[in-house]
This record gives sequence, structure tokens and C-alpha cells, in this order.
Amino acid sequence: MRTDDAAWHSQSLSSLARGLAGGEFSARDLTESLLDRIAVHGESLNAFITVTADEALQAADSADRARSNGVAGALNGLPLVHKDLFCTAGVLTTCGSKILGNFISPYDATVVERLRKAGAIMLGKTNMDEFAMGSSNETSFFGPVRNPWDLARSPGGSSGGSAAAVAARLVPAATGTDTGGSIRQPAALTGTVGLKPTYGRVSRYGMVAFASSLDQAGVITRSAEDAARLLGVMAGFDERDSTCVDHPVPDYLAALSKPLDGLRVGIVRQHFDAGLDPRCAARVRESLDVIRDQGASLVDVDLPNLDLSVPTYYVVAPAECSSNLSRFDGVRFGYRAKDPQDLFDLYCRSRGEGFGAEVKRRIMTGTYVLSAGYYDAYYLKAQKVRQLISQDFHNAFAKVDVIAGPTAPAPAFGIGEKADDPILMYLNDIYTIGANLAGLPGISIPCGFADGLPVGLQLVGPPFAEDRILNIAHQYQSLTEWHTACPERFK
Amino acid sequence: MSLTKDQVQHIAFLARLKLGDGEFDDVVDKLSRIVDFVDQLQVAPTENVLPMAHPLALSQRLRPDAVTESIDRDALQANAPAVRDGYYLVPKVLE
Repeated sequence: MRTDDAAWHSQSLSSLARGLAGGEFSARDLTESLLDRIAVHGESLNAFITVTADEALQAADSADRARSNGVAGALNGLPLVHKDLFCTAGVLTTCGSKILGNFISPYDATVVERLRKAGAIMLGKTNMDEFAMGSSNETSFFGPVRNPWDLARSPGGSSGGSAAAVAARLVPAATGTDTGGSIRQPAALTGTVGLKPTYGRVSRYGMVAFASSLDQAGVITRSAEDAARLLGVMAGFDERDSTCVDHPVPDYLAALSKPLDGLRVGIVRQHFDAGLDPRCAARVRESLDVIRDQGASLVDVDLPNLDLSVPTYYVVAPAECSSNLSRFDGVRFGYRAKDPQDLFDLYCRSRGEGFGAEVKRRIMTGTYVLSAGYYDAYYLKAQKVRQLISQDFHNAFAKVDVIAGPTAPAPAFGIGEKADDPILMYLNDIYTIGANLAGLPGISIPCGFADGLPVGLQLVGPPFAEDRILNIAHQYQSLTEWHTACPERFK
Repeated sequence: MSLTKDQVQHIAFLARLKLGDGEFDDVVDKLSRIVDFVDQLQVAPTENVLPMAHPLALSQRLRPDAVTESIDRDALQANAPAVRDGYYLVPKVLE
């Protein structure tokens, strides 16, 4: 490593953008430096499935040329990584699965395309739970990701590789996807910022589909400001995603500085029930005091159906997954079983051998709840309860501007600790799933530590209130330093 | 066990999943636990509640029926396990 770049890895996107714009260093220098860092630390974390060093250096040179030609984009020369669920033209896109282990995407996801066109440099593709189905990164075909704060622990999931890479300062920002908490929960467990936008705010085109009525793309960064910077580029209408909403994209950066005077913050009684680790409860309450001291008022609200959100999710999401994953048949792309006896055998063995255990469980759960005789009892019932859960949020937002509480019930757990109990694993997402079921934006920000492990505060807003939750997060971060903490071995 | 082995076998058939001998019992066990877990939904009072079809209560957007993109068949088939003359190859389905 060169002597003058020692601090680049710890800088925010905003700070790096100033350095690049001021000509203090080139995109090439920055890219080389971070690729070196990934080469040194990447393996201990298993955060990457693919490192795209050659492509990154080429893109960095293009960014440097664009800058000298006076046509630098909004993110010109800024490095980031993509969760390996986003299609990237000409680059392996595995979704953490053996069945896509050799899949080279023929096109870019809209998110990838927009960030690239703004000048961002992709350094690689991050590890994840297989098809984003998991809360620990242990379901990845490529092995578990390790938490930079304690290598024996999980970084959460499913965007665990993205979260670990950002937490360990291998890269300042990463994309992620969130179907039931897959951005916010790993952000909480790794001490990073994780933003899940409103359903339809960001295009899903080119994201490998898991549960199409819940999936949403977002970012993992080290500050709310950096998340705002990226969301401004990613958000907005895309005709290639039929559920992408044509809604104006506000200036997220401009909204950050608004004072919190008069803000009404909803505290959910049910969030502080017995299921919450008391250390996390204490950190969350302390952070709420900081927000109140900035002029906000704390208001009690109820989400009476909170307990039903996890079972509702585990009907709706598997149902949609069983349908979406029927495309993996061993015929047009992906893994094909050897020496099939006939077409049926080809389907069944390609899928049986290509999918991991958790993905098979979810496909089968979904197949069961959609099968003849069970549809009304499970799927239709779950869609009705989903309506009740959504209504609970709607009622709460009649009284408050934002809901604040814990992101995850406990700090990072040990790798293997919950791997054999699917229900215990599913309950990790008790506080995050509601926002997906109701389509709402949510963010997790670091709010302290429990015995050396990060704790996350979650803010959930009404539809399209990304500017508001980013504003609150930024104001909190202007008074606290939890988001600047770095695990010792990655300083 | 809320699901029988026969039921799980049938679900695997519907889902076109071949389960190995070593994993079958584990699937029966864990799938049963998942079904028991989601069964708690049955007690929720949902009379007169409409099922939710879209998180934002929006209807599906339509686009003009026009050609908007072309497909590069060779590029797409580069990912296929077996192709010939632009066709995907599968085991014989007709004798």
C-alpha cells in the first residue's frame, strides 16, 4: 500500500468525492488501493463471490478521463460493490446459489446501470444467503460471511457480504436487497447504515426475483449522507419494472439538514416486549433520547398485529418464491444434472442438486400453501392479515411522522448457532418484516454497542418518506459517533 | 408431525424437486415446524378484510403493445447447458 492513501478506506463517499473532484487523487489510485485491501482482507470475511479487478481498473481510467474532459457524473470514480443478486453484464451473477454458479448475466440491472452511468466503479459482487433466503449468510453455496466485529459471528443476512465489506472498510458502499430485513438486519449486526426504500421506489429490473411483492433494492453505507447520495441516483421510474412507481425523486442530500423540531416519533409498545435483548433495548432508548433532545417528541403507538408479521411473511414470501424459482429448470441457463433419464428427471434433479436446503424448504412451503385445498387457508388468509398489518402502520402514521425502534432482537449471533432451527432464524426479522409487508421505507443506523457488538436503531416512515428517515438519521449522526466506529483489525 | 411423509413427497413432486435420501427426513421435520408456525394465522380475525394485492394499493400499469427490445439469441444461449442450431436441447420427450 502506498503511504499517502492510508486513510482512503476509512473515508465516506462524500469525502472521497471531494478528494476526487479536487484532484487530490485519481479514481485509478483509489481503486487500486481498495482492491489491495480486498485482496488482504477479503478471504478472512468471505464477503466476496467475485472481485472484478480488471473491469474496475478500466472503469476507473474511464472515470478519470471523464473528469479531465469535464463530464464527470454524480458518482464519478466512487467505488462500490453489488450484492450478487443484481445482474451485471458480462460478470458472474450467482445469487449465492450453485444453480446459478456459472451464470454470466447478458445485461445490467437498472440499479447497476444507473450507478455505472453516474461514474461509480464496481469492485466486485458480494456474498449473500442463497437467493436472499436467510438472515445469517449461512445458506450461501459459497460459504458463510464472517462479521468483522467478531469473525466467529454472523454478519446477518441476506446482504451479509455487502454489510461485512462496508463494515470492514473494504469499500465505502454496497448495494443490497431487502425482502424481509435483508438490508437492515445485516446493517444492524455490522454497525453500518442500511436503507430499504419504499416498494417501487427503486427498479427491480435485473434483480433475481425472490418475492416480487416484497423485494426492494437499497444500499449499505457508513453514513446516512452516503445513503442519500446513492439513493438519489438509484431511485426513480423505470418502465422495465411494472411495479416501479412514477413518483418524483426529491433531493435527498438537501433534505438532510432539516432540524427535527416538532417531529413526532412513534415508539411501538410491542417492540420492547420480552423478545428484545435488554442491552439492545437500552441502546435504542438512549438513541431515542438523543432524537428527543433535538426537538422531537416521542409518542406511544401500537402495532397490534406485529406478532403475526413473521408467520404472514412465511406464507407470502415462500408462495412468491415457489413461483419465481420455477424458472430454474436446467434447460435455458444454470446448473443441469448429469445424465438425465428424461425431461422430468432433468427438472427434478437439476433443482434438487442445484438448490440448497433452505431454498428447497421455502419452495416447498410455497408450493404447499398454494396447492389445491390449502390456498384459502394459507395464502388468502395471509394476504388478509397482511392488509391488517399494513392498516396498523397506516393508523400509526396518522399520529406520528416516523416509527423508531430496534432493528434486530439481539446483536450478532454465532455462526451455526441458529442454523438448525428455521423458526428461531425467521424470528430475527420480527422488527423488519412489517415494513416489507406494508411496502414502507426503513433504515437501520448504528446506535451503540452491546458487549462489543453493534446495535441498530430502525426508523420506518410512510411511503416515499425516504427523505425524512435519512434526515433523522443524519441529524442523529451529526451528534453521535457510533457510525464512525471501526472493528479493531480493520482500522 | 403436521405433515406426513406422503404429503412431503407430493409437495416435492409438485415443486419438481428431487430430495436425496439423506435429506428427506430433515425436510419432513422442518417443513412441519414451518407449517405449524404459520398456522397461528388461523386465529386472526379477518372477516370483511380484503386480501392485499399490492403494498401501495396501486393497480398494474399497462404499456403500449409495441416492440421495445430485441433479443440477442446467441448471447442468451451462451448460458445454456446444451444448444444446437439456436434450440435448447433436452432429453427426448417423444418416441
